[in-house]
Amino acid sequence: MTLSIPSLLDSRCVLLKCEYKNSDDVITAIGTRLFDAGYVKDSFVQAAIDRESELPTGLPLAGGINAAIPHTEIEHVIRPALGMATLSKPVDFQNMVSPTETVPVRLIFVLALEQPKAQIEMLQEVASVLQNKELVADVINQNSYEGIIEIFTNTIENSK
Amino acid sequence: MNTPKRILVACGTAIATSTVVAKAIEEALKEKGIAVTTRQCKATEVRSLADNADLIVTTTPVPNDLDVPVIKTLAFLTGIGKEEVIEEIIKKLEGK
Repeated sequence: MTLSIPSLLDSRCVLLKCEYKNSDDVITAIGTRLFDAGYVKDSFVQAAIDRESELPTGLPLAGGINAAIPHTEIEHVIRPALGMATLSKPVDFQNMVSPTETVPVRLIFVLALEQPKAQIEMLQEVASVLQNKELVADVINQNSYEGIIEIFTNTIENSK
Repeated sequence: MNTPKRILVACGTAIATSTVVAKAIEEALKEKGIAVTTRQCKATEVRSLADNADLIVTTTPVPNDLDVPVIKTLAFLTGIGKEEVIEEIIKKLEGK
């Protein structure tokens, strides 16, 4: 079985233990990597930032390390991919379900989605990662892309 | 045989989040022997589609003056309170 996260997570689009001022900067950093690697159009970053301010994606998680999953309309995407950042210091996102609430976030997955149905496995895997607090803690502590891929490969395989 | 209940699943863009939520709801209810049909939509489409739904499950704010029960939850993404939300969905569907 193909594991979606490891195959969609390009090493060029993974930023570990970074520091950013705010959510716009994080989205810009990951989105720029996705653009440089040829996955998204130059309109993607601004579209994702605009979308985030209108329809935020902050998700409070069980273990207290919170996540956000910025994404935008498929028209800004060239081919599907996943960008990712872990932060050494949290930045504030707004809560998806109650946008007036602030969520300090340390794990960000930027979803470059081409067609919704085709990426259902990737989305489900992202959700299952977010639901596993030990795994989220492991991911946050990783220093290398290889380490991240190993964690995802093992966990997702075991959960299938 | 009962007609399957119709759940409208809303999120911001109707591409990412609602796909995961719709699938999770279908699977959770199937395990409990309840057949449902789900339809995904954007939050901005909820008002026009609400009439054709028995229940709305949303991960993003939607109008609060609809005639259909609304459940706002992130449980199918974060796992927090998932069992409770499934119970709430079943209760709301039965109450219809």
